[in-house]
Amino acid sequence: MTGSERPVLTVSALTERLKATVEERFPMVWVEGEISNFKIYASGHAYFTLKDAGAQLRAVLFRNRGRRIRFEPGDGLHVLAMGSVEVYPQRGEYQLVVELLEPRGLGALQLAFDQLKARLAAEGLFDEGRKRALPRFPKKIGIATSPSGAAIRDMLRVIARRFGELHIVLAPCRVQGDGAPEEIAQAIRDLNALGGVDVIIVGRGGGSLEDLWAFNEELVVRAIAGSKVPTISAVGHEVDVTIADFVADLRAPTPSAAAELVVREKQAVVESVADLSHRLRRAMGRRLEHERQRTTALATRRVLTDPSRPLRDLHRRVDDARGRLHRAMERLMRQSAHRVEMATAGLRSGSPRARLARDRHRHETLHARLEAHAARALETNRGRLGLVAGRLHSLSPLAVLSRGYSLTRTPDGAIVRRAVDVRAGEDVEVLLHEGRLDCRVIATREHDEPQV
Amino acid sequence: MSLKFEDCLARLEQIVAALESGNLPLEESLKVFEEGVALARHCGRYLEDAERRIEILAKDESGSLTTRPFAGPADEAQ
Repeated sequence: MTGSERPVLTVSALTERLKATVEERFPMVWVEGEISNFKIYASGHAYFTLKDAGAQLRAVLFRNRGRRIRFEPGDGLHVLAMGSVEVYPQRGEYQLVVELLEPRGLGALQLAFDQLKARLAAEGLFDEGRKRALPRFPKKIGIATSPSGAAIRDMLRVIARRFGELHIVLAPCRVQGDGAPEEIAQAIRDLNALGGVDVIIVGRGGGSLEDLWAFNEELVVRAIAGSKVPTISAVGHEVDVTIADFVADLRAPTPSAAAELVVREKQAVVESVADLSHRLRRAMGRRLEHERQRTTALATRRVLTDPSRPLRDLHRRVDDARGRLHRAMERLMRQSAHRVEMATAGLRSGSPRARLARDRHRHETLHARLEAHAARALETNRGRLGLVAGRLHSLSPLAVLSRGYSLTRTPDGAIVRRAVDVRAGEDVEVLLHEGRLDCRVIATREHDEPQV
Repeated sequence: MSLKFEDCLARLEQIVAALESGNLPLEESLKVFEEGVALARHCGRYLEDAERRIEILAKDESGSLTTRPFAGPADEAQ
């Protein structure tokens, strides 16, 4: 046996044969398995492994194919992959070049919907706090939809039917098919850029899930989230829910409903202004009437009809106060005086002046008794004197006068007993029993014989 | 008056509420009443001012936005 007789193949030759066999045998297969080690490279190509309980299969999803897949492949996902098996001689490996990837179980669209929704929700894009109130009176309304679709027709009809003095700017865009998401997103941006738009309605009429799909695209959702103008989503019918609905400031069930909403807002504002204007006048009227009544009531009050009344009241109050003041002062004085008295009495009972007073009192008593005694004694003596004087009188020379005798005295009271006691021309007085004679001596006679 | 419509309306509501409460002094009441009347007139004019106009957005050669009247979906269907 020599080496030359044995059928020997080079590695390359064998690999070439394998490649030809495999690629011819499996030009297009469906393989079911679970994704693992999923990785997207910078090139945009994705590499992963499909596996089941007993085997593994390397797989690649080239970028241009990947773009057509709506959900996001990832580890653990159970998928159906369609593709061709290719052998790479350089590395002695084979792999499945994936043309189509479908989630097993859920539909691909549903999965994509759920995934995007979960991701954006985690980002906070659907938070209630991000929702803006619609302007109460939108004057200029931007609509992003197809210019030939049912949506714009329905909306214009509603606006025309209600009183629709509104300024509408339509930003035309395709709403389904290739390029629709880009056009819708651009329309929203254009309406923002135009300026003066108060509210944007973005939407389309009803259709299949695929027809409405553009409104589940991240591009559109992000354009709505990024709109500075409050946005209403209005996609399909009531039952159709898109991710655009979650991110919009308000979801209208249909385009017609969106138009109704906007028109109704305007009507509400017109009515509100009319109502406010009415209430304003009524409130002012009521207020003025109230003031008028108050003025009338005041004008008839005593204060104004009897102006002296408050003055009188004031006087009475002053008098009252004065009286109370006096009484209080008196009371205070009395109390003070009493206290002074008490203190003085206490002081007095021990002082020398008190003794002096007592002695003086005794002295006065004694003095009085003495005087009384003296007076009595005088009286007694005066009585005795009267008796004695009476007896004396009977003995008096004067008593002789009553019998006709008289008594002559010189002016100095000397009794004239002899004529020589006087001289002619001298005055004498002659005492009679009753009365007296003032006489002047004419002559004196030494001896006088009685004439009889 | 260069106030925004929304602000006008909000101020008008505020004035009406204050007047209806009856808590303002009379002079103040008269003052805000006059302001309220002016605001109501302004709001009314603003609302009447709106005209019905339907336009479609377009881009000229330079890419800047312009608008032209939009006749209706039928015209656009071609």
